[in-house]
Amino acid sequence: MAAAGSRMDLRRALADALVGGFVAAALAFPMLGFRLEDSSTGLSLGLRMGWVAAAAAVVFAGRLALTLLAGTRRPRSGPLERLGERFAGTRHWAGWAMIGLAAVLPFLPFADRNLVDKATMVLIYVMLGWGLNIVVGLAGLLDLGFVAFYAVGAYSYAILSETFGLSFWVCLPLAGLFAAGFGLALGFPVLRLRGDYLAIVTLGFGEIIRVILQNWVDVTNGPNGISGIDRPTLFGLSFSAMAPEGQPTFADFFGIDYSAEHRVTFLYFIILAMALLTNLFTLRIRRLPVGRAWEALREDEIACRSLGLNPTTVKLSAFATGAMFAGFAGSFFATRQGFISPESFTFIESAVILAIVVLGGMGSQIGVVLAALLLVGLPEWFRELQQYRMLAFGGAMVLIMLWRPSGLLASRSPTISLGAAK
Amino acid sequence: MLRVENLHSGYGRIQALHGVDIEVAAGEIVALIGANGAGKTTLLMTICGNPRATAGRVLLDDQDVTRLPMHRIARLGLAHCPEGRRIFPRMSVLENLRMGAVVADPAHFADDLERVLELFPRLKERLDQRGGTLSGGEQQMLAIGRALMSRPRALLLDEPSLGLAPLVVRHIFDLIARINREQNVTVFLVEQNAYHALKLAHRGHVMVNGRVTLSGTGAELLANPEIRAHYLEGGVAQ
Repeated sequence: MAAAGSRMDLRRALADALVGGFVAAALAFPMLGFRLEDSSTGLSLGLRMGWVAAAAAVVFAGRLALTLLAGTRRPRSGPLERLGERFAGTRHWAGWAMIGLAAVLPFLPFADRNLVDKATMVLIYVMLGWGLNIVVGLAGLLDLGFVAFYAVGAYSYAILSETFGLSFWVCLPLAGLFAAGFGLALGFPVLRLRGDYLAIVTLGFGEIIRVILQNWVDVTNGPNGISGIDRPTLFGLSFSAMAPEGQPTFADFFGIDYSAEHRVTFLYFIILAMALLTNLFTLRIRRLPVGRAWEALREDEIACRSLGLNPTTVKLSAFATGAMFAGFAGSFFATRQGFISPESFTFIESAVILAIVVLGGMGSQIGVVLAALLLVGLPEWFRELQQYRMLAFGGAMVLIMLWRPSGLLASRSPTISLGAAK
Repeated sequence: MLRVENLHSGYGRIQALHGVDIEVAAGEIVALIGANGAGKTTLLMTICGNPRATAGRVLLDDQDVTRLPMHRIARLGLAHCPEGRRIFPRMSVLENLRMGAVVADPAHFADDLERVLELFPRLKERLDQRGGTLSGGEQQMLAIGRALMSRPRALLLDEPSLGLAPLVVRHIFDLIARINREQNVTVFLVEQNAYHALKLAHRGHVMVNGRVTLSGTGAELLANPEIRAHYLEGGVAQ
């Protein structure tokens, strides 16, 4: 009986893999199969059937191996699962270790300007991920247009600083407020929608903001973007080589030689502090009635209403809070780049941020960090792979969804325990 | 304290209630029994404001609440345990209870928690456990306990016996009687388990196809041959 059963399984696995191989061949034929050949007689169209066959064979073998492997073991006992479980016990400790590592990173011997720069990029996404985690992970509202608030923050800072000459530190809270205001304005009409419908409308809103930025040339300078955005200062000390009108630069003030690395390190610490503040805020608010209401709303909206919660206010507060952090991150992005254009705020950014949250395990704070490292850090480091980068990226996503369908670190710890209640 | 007058309600073009009149006096337990699809849950949900009544009135202490949104009605001292318990599965028992007190004055949270945990000692043992990992009976206790955290004057229960073992059902109904007696909470109960509901209730109503067809005290209805034939064939053997 058992032998017959396994033969059936094998046949089904083979059929399944054949279908996969066929689909791969159909896809590969137009994409890999044709090649323009430059010869002495001019351009001609060549065929590369070997490549098509190779792609189909790889997909066939991979699909077969996956099916057979999945058949032999229960999905819960995978190595990553065990790692996740072991990690869950030491998560608190691991969090502090990561913060410690992040704090000393620029001073480590192997840390060059390039590394600190990339770490800054990753931290921006960590902060955006934590911001979106409030909306998606805690309140359970699927927001596909998060980049809109990031853009609002970035443009608020750029325009405020250009028009009124305000410094980064004054504009930062203002940019957050503007973004939160946009969150409220968008949220008010659309939050009565649920799930997929909300996702579609937020997606549209993200695109609307980008199109406005592109076409409202008087204010946003259109597709050319805004350049020469002010850099942040440390209590009035600038990080440029020469300070204007007799103000001391950072290097002058401390009597050290000017180095461009100072500014890179300074920016790194700003975003590190901002990201940690976001995290601290989320951890604190989960223990407050507002945060608990967000989570309860994600769990069961009817129950929330029957307990006397107004779902619209609860959703709006989550939406606006998430937007505020995106606004902060956006104004940091503007000051770091010194140049912004609508190109930086396309839908793919929203998708990456959402992928970070989902991949990390909805609602998990450390999961967001790991996912940001994976999704933003790795592609940066593997730039050498060039066009195969996206292939590796897609492959990694497929593997993660196979092994950890609910995210890298998916578990929610209670915010209060018996001891804390008394 | 709760009065429903000529209430019509439904979902879209499907009308589920055709003029229901029910009154619940303070301190009473009133049961509404009926078959599947009779409109019992619709009545309870319409009292709570979702769906809105298409005609008729809902009066809470002579205040017309028919047009109020659901969360406003809940804040008037009318606690509602929805059908299927609807606890928050991924939140701990204590967090669930805290959510129940979300509209109450935080100053008496500790007192209310103690009162509820005294009523349901099983929850006390499981305070840090996730709601979703509780057994069905414990989840029902949690749902009732959560509703009691807001110090309601009236409790609306939708099928508390749903999916529970007979012994657990008896225990839950004993607790409902205690809540009514000791904490002076008015109870309006919707049930398919007619025997237990009518035995517990001071007064009862029978609903058929969106209309109340029979009313009386719990004992009268239990003795009514028509009800015995329709709703109690199996249950009366107990």
